[in-house]
Amino acid sequence: MNLFAQHLLSLLIWLPILGGLMLIVIGDDGNARSARAGMMRFSALLVTVLTFVFSTALFAGFDNVEPGMQFIERQSWIGAINAYYYLGVDGISTPLILLTTFITPLVVIAGWDSIKPRPAQYFAAFLILEGLMIGVFSALDGLLFYVFWEAMLVPMFLIIGVWGGERRVYATIKFFLYTFLGSVLMLVAFIYLFGKTGGFDLLGFMNVPLSLPAQKLIFLAFLAAFAVKVPMWPVHTWLPDAHVEAPTGGSVILAAIMLKMGGYGFVRLSLPIVPDGSEYFANFVIALSLIAVVYIGFVALMQKDMKKLIAYSSIAHMGFVTLGFFLFWSIGSGTGAALGISGGMVQMVSHGLISGAMFLCVGVLYDRVHSRQIADYGGVANTMPTFAAFMVLFSMANAGLPGTSGFVGEFMVIIASFKANFWFAFLAATTLILGAAYTLWMVKRVLYGEVANDNVAKLQDLNIREFTVLAVLAISVLLLGLWPAPLVEMMNMSIETLLAQIAQSKL
Amino acid sequence: MLNYYLTIVLAPLAAAVIAGLFGRQIGRAGSHWLTILAVGTSCALSVLVLRAMFWDGAVSENISLYTWAATDGLHMEVGFLVDRLTALMMVVVTFVSLMVHVYTIGYMHDDPGYQRFFSYISLFTFAMLMLVMSNNFLQLFFGWEAVGLVSYLLIGFWFKRESAILANLKAFLVNRVGDFGFILGIAGVVMFTGSLDYATVFSSADNVAVQTIEVLPGSAWNAMTVICILLFIGAMGKSAQAPLHVWLPDSMEGPTPISALIHAATMVTAGIFMVARMSPLFELSETALAVVVTIGAITAFFMGLLGIVQNDIKRVVAYSTLSQLGYMTVALGASAYSAAIFHLMTHAFFKALLFLAAGSVIIAMHHEQDIRKMGGLRKYMPITYWTALVGSLALIGFPGSSGFFSKDLLIEAVRESHWQGQGAVYWIAYLSVLLGVFVTALYSFRMFFLVFHGNERMDADTKSHLHETPWVVTGPLILLAIPSALIGWFTAGPVLFEGYFDDAIVVAPAHDVLAHIGSHVWHGSLALVQHIYVSPAFWLAASGTFVAWFLYLRRPDIPATIEAKMSGLHQLLVNKYYFDDLYIKGFAFCGRSFGRFLWLKGDELIIDGILVNGTANTVGKLAGVMRQLQTGYLYTYAFAMIIGLTALLSWLIWFR
Repeated sequence: MNLFAQHLLSLLIWLPILGGLMLIVIGDDGNARSARAGMMRFSALLVTVLTFVFSTALFAGFDNVEPGMQFIERQSWIGAINAYYYLGVDGISTPLILLTTFITPLVVIAGWDSIKPRPAQYFAAFLILEGLMIGVFSALDGLLFYVFWEAMLVPMFLIIGVWGGERRVYATIKFFLYTFLGSVLMLVAFIYLFGKTGGFDLLGFMNVPLSLPAQKLIFLAFLAAFAVKVPMWPVHTWLPDAHVEAPTGGSVILAAIMLKMGGYGFVRLSLPIVPDGSEYFANFVIALSLIAVVYIGFVALMQKDMKKLIAYSSIAHMGFVTLGFFLFWSIGSGTGAALGISGGMVQMVSHGLISGAMFLCVGVLYDRVHSRQIADYGGVANTMPTFAAFMVLFSMANAGLPGTSGFVGEFMVIIASFKANFWFAFLAATTLILGAAYTLWMVKRVLYGEVANDNVAKLQDLNIREFTVLAVLAISVLLLGLWPAPLVEMMNMSIETLLAQIAQSKL
Repeated sequence: MLNYYLTIVLAPLAAAVIAGLFGRQIGRAGSHWLTILAVGTSCALSVLVLRAMFWDGAVSENISLYTWAATDGLHMEVGFLVDRLTALMMVVVTFVSLMVHVYTIGYMHDDPGYQRFFSYISLFTFAMLMLVMSNNFLQLFFGWEAVGLVSYLLIGFWFKRESAILANLKAFLVNRVGDFGFILGIAGVVMFTGSLDYATVFSSADNVAVQTIEVLPGSAWNAMTVICILLFIGAMGKSAQAPLHVWLPDSMEGPTPISALIHAATMVTAGIFMVARMSPLFELSETALAVVVTIGAITAFFMGLLGIVQNDIKRVVAYSTLSQLGYMTVALGASAYSAAIFHLMTHAFFKALLFLAAGSVIIAMHHEQDIRKMGGLRKYMPITYWTALVGSLALIGFPGSSGFFSKDLLIEAVRESHWQGQGAVYWIAYLSVLLGVFVTALYSFRMFFLVFHGNERMDADTKSHLHETPWVVTGPLILLAIPSALIGWFTAGPVLFEGYFDDAIVVAPAHDVLAHIGSHVWHGSLALVQHIYVSPAFWLAASGTFVAWFLYLRRPDIPATIEAKMSGLHQLLVNKYYFDDLYIKGFAFCGRSFGRFLWLKGDELIIDGILVNGTANTVGKLAGVMRQLQTGYLYTYAFAMIIGLTALLSWLIWFR
C-alpha cells in the first residue's frame, strides 16, 4: 500500500471540499458571463473530474474477495470520547462512492450556463456536498458518520433555498425539518451505543450484544433517519416538493445520491447492528415498501408536473431497495436473501443513473420553456429528435426494460421476493405495469403528437454540452444493463459478510 | 458454429445501430443496403445452420457466452441454445425479415423517417433472434421485452398521429400485463429449481411437479401448474390471446411492413414458440394445458368472427392473425407442439404475404384502407392479385397449400387429443377449430372479393392512378408466395411425424397425439390431399368461400339485410365484444381515479395536510399559546414557581 492508496478516501473527501472552499473564497464577480465566472466553472469541473479519476483507483484497487473493510484510515480524532477519524470501504459502499464521483461532474456540466446568479457559490455547494457524501459512504466511526450526514444537509439546503423555484422556502424548511428530525434520533441511538461500547466504532457496534427492547428502539431510531431519506411511505411528501423547487442539478444529486443514504444506512447500520430488531420489524418495512411500489405508482400516474412525476417514480423505485433488504427473514435457507440485498444495491446504483438522467431531461426542457407542466408540451420529438431519443431510452430504463440498468435490480428483487412470499412478488411486479404506465404516458404527452404550441415549435435540439451528459449516462445505463456482473461481483463478498452478521442473533 | 451464431445475431444489431445513429451520414440508400446486407447475411447463415441440423445431422448446441451476473448461487448467463426448433425459427424470422426489408424500400419510399425505420426493423430482427436463440429465461425475457420495445417504437412510428401513439401505449401496457405474469413465472422457476438455465430447469422439472405452493392460505397448488399458467400469461400478452388481445388490432396503426413482420409473422408468435420451448414443463401439468387449450379455442373462434365485420383491409388481416394464433395455442394445449410450430411457420409465410399484399393495395389506393371503397383491382394489379390469392387459399387451407397441411393436421391432432377426456374442454377446442375454418374462409374471401373483384368503387382520381406496385414490393410478394403455396408438401411429414424436432420438444407418451396420427392416419402428403373429401374442414372451408362469393359478389344486397336483422349481434361484433370499453372506460379510468384519489386524499390531504403541516401548525399554535405565558413580569414567574413547587412537594409527599 503506497501513500496514495493509504489516503485515497481522504483525498476523495477533502479534494472536492477544499476545492469548494476555494471557489467560495475566490468568488465570482456576480456576472455569470464574465471570464472569472468561466474560470470558476472550469475549476469546479476540473476538481470533480479529478475526483472521479482518483476514484477509479478505488475501483481498480478494490479486492473483490476481501470480506472486511478496505482502504482503511484510522486516526484519533476526539480522544476524550474515543471518536476516531476512521474511514474504510467495502463492496457495499464502494459502488455508491463511484456513483457519487461519476454523477457530480455531470451535474457541474449540466449547470454550466443555466445558473445565472452566484455561479461560484453554486458550484462550490456541489463540490462540498460531493465530499460530504463520500464521507458518509466511507465513515466507519459513528460520530464522523453523523457529522458528515448532517453537514450534507447544509449545502443541499442552500442549493434549493438559493437557486430554487418559487416555493423554495416551504420546500427547504420541509426538507430540512423532516430529515433533521430523523437524524437526531440516529444520534441518540449512537450515544446509547457509545454507552455500551465506549466508542463510536461502527464495526464495534455490530459486535456488541443488545437486548431485544434496546434493539427495537435503536431500530426505530435508525428507521426514522433512513426512512425519511429513502424516502419510504408515508414520510415521503418532502421529496416531491423538494424536487419541484430544486434547480436541475440539485434534483439530480438529491435523487441520484442523497436518497441512497437511506438505503445505505439500512445495510450499513440497521441490519448488522440490530439484527433482531430488524427481524422484528422486517414485515413492517416490507409492507411499507410494497405500499410505496403500488400506492406511489398510482399517485405518479396522475402527476401533471414532470418533476413531481419523476420524484414519485423515485419513491416507488426505492421501494424495491428496502423490499430487497428486508427479505432475509421470510426467505430462510437457500438462494434468495443475498439476491434480495444485491438486487436492492443494484437498484440504488441504477436508480442513481436513471433518475439523474430523467431530471436532466426535464432540465433540458425547463431551460428552454421554463415550465415543468406536462400540459405545456406535446410533440417535442418533432423539434428535438435527438433529445426525444434519449428521453425515450431513459423512460424505458425507468420502466425497467431489460438491457437497461433499471431491469437488473427489479428482476433480482422480484425473484427473491417470490421465494419469500408469492404476494410480495405479486405486488412488487405490478411495477412492470404501473412503471410503464406513468412513464410512457408522460412520454406520449410530452414527446409525441403534433407540435402543441409555439414554445415547442421554437425548441432547439440538444447542444453539445447537454448531448455529452446524456450520452455518458445513456452508455452507462446500457452498460450496466447488459453486463452488471462487475458491479454484482464487487458486492458479493460484502453481502455474504453482512448476511453472516444478520443471521447471528445479538441477544 | 459459434461464429455463425454471433454473426447471425450481431449483424442486424450493428446495422441497426449504424443506421440509427449515423443514418443522416450514410443516407437513405446506405441505410437500406446496410440493413439488407446484414439481415441477408443472417438469413443465409441461418439457412446453413438449419441445413446442418436437418441434412447433416448436426447436434444441438448449448453455448454460454458470458456471465451477466452471478450472485447468491444463481448464475445469470447469456448464451445460445441452437437446436432444431431454434434453427427453424431462425430461418423463418430472418427470411420474413429480409423480405420485409426489401419491401420497405418501396413502401416507405417517401417517408422522412426512412433511415429510422430501417434501424428499427433491423433492431427487431436482432431482438427476435436473441429471443429464439436463448438458452435461459433471463435472455428470453430480454428478447421478449426488446421485441416489445421495437413494436412500441414502430406502432408509434408516425408519432404525430394521435391514434398511433395511443395504440403503441396500449400495446406496451397490455404486453406488460402479460409480462407481469411472465416474470412471476420466471421467479417461480428460480424458486423451485434455483436456476435460469433451460437445461438445468428442464432436468429438474419432474421434481418441481411434485411440489406445491401455497398461493392462497390453506391452498396447496401444484407448483408446476402455477408456474406454467404464469408463463402462459406472458404468452397471452405477446401472442395476443383473449382477453389480452386488444392491442393487436390497434397495432395496425404502424406502417404495413411491420404489421407483416412483427404483428403477424414473428413477434406475436413468440408466445407460441415460448410454450413449445417449455414443453418439458407444460407436459407435467394437465391443468395448465387445459387452460392453454381453452384460451386458444376462444381466441381462434371468437376473434375470427370479428374479422367478418371489419372494413379496414389491415384489420381484417389482423383479426385473422388473432384467430390463427388461437389455432396454434390450441395445438400447444393439445400437446401437439410440433403442429403449432408447423402452423407458425406456414402462417408466417402466408400471413406476411397477405399483409404485404394488403400494403401493396394500400400503396396503389393512395393509403386508402377501406375495402368498401375498393373493388375490381384484379386487372390493375395482377401480381398482387395472384399472390394475394395464393395467400388467401393458404389461409383457408386449400388442399395442397402450406396452410392446408398445417391446419388440417392441427385440427386432426385436436380431434385425436382424447387424453383431455371427452369433457367440455375437448369439445370447446375441437368445435372451435373446426367451425373456425368456415369463419376463416368467409372473412378471407369476403375481403378478397371486395378488394379484387366486383364493382370498382373507388373515386375517379384514385382509379386513374391505379397501377401495379414496383418490383421491390412485388418481388417479396412472389418470394413469399412460393413457400406459402408449396412448403407444406415436403415439410409436413418430417416436421410432424418423422421426429424433426428430436429432443427440442418433449411430449409425454400419453399425450402424444401426433405419434398416434403418424402411425394410423398419415400416409404421406399426396395421400392426405387425395383423401380430402373425408375431411370436414375441407367442406367447411369450401362452404365458407361459397358463402363469401354468394354474399359479396352474387347478391351484395344481402349482407345489409342480415346486418339489419341481426343488429344486436352485429353491434356486439363491431364493438369487439366491448373489451376496449371495459379496459379503457373500466380499468384505465379506475386506475386514474384511484391514482388521483391517493394523491389528493392520501398524500395532499391526510399525510401533508393533517400529519405534516397539521403538526407544524399545531406546534405553531402551541408556541403562540406558550408565548402568552412569557409575560416578562416578575410576579408571573414567581407565581408559577410557587405553583410548581407546591405541586412537586405534594407529589413527593403523597406518592413516595
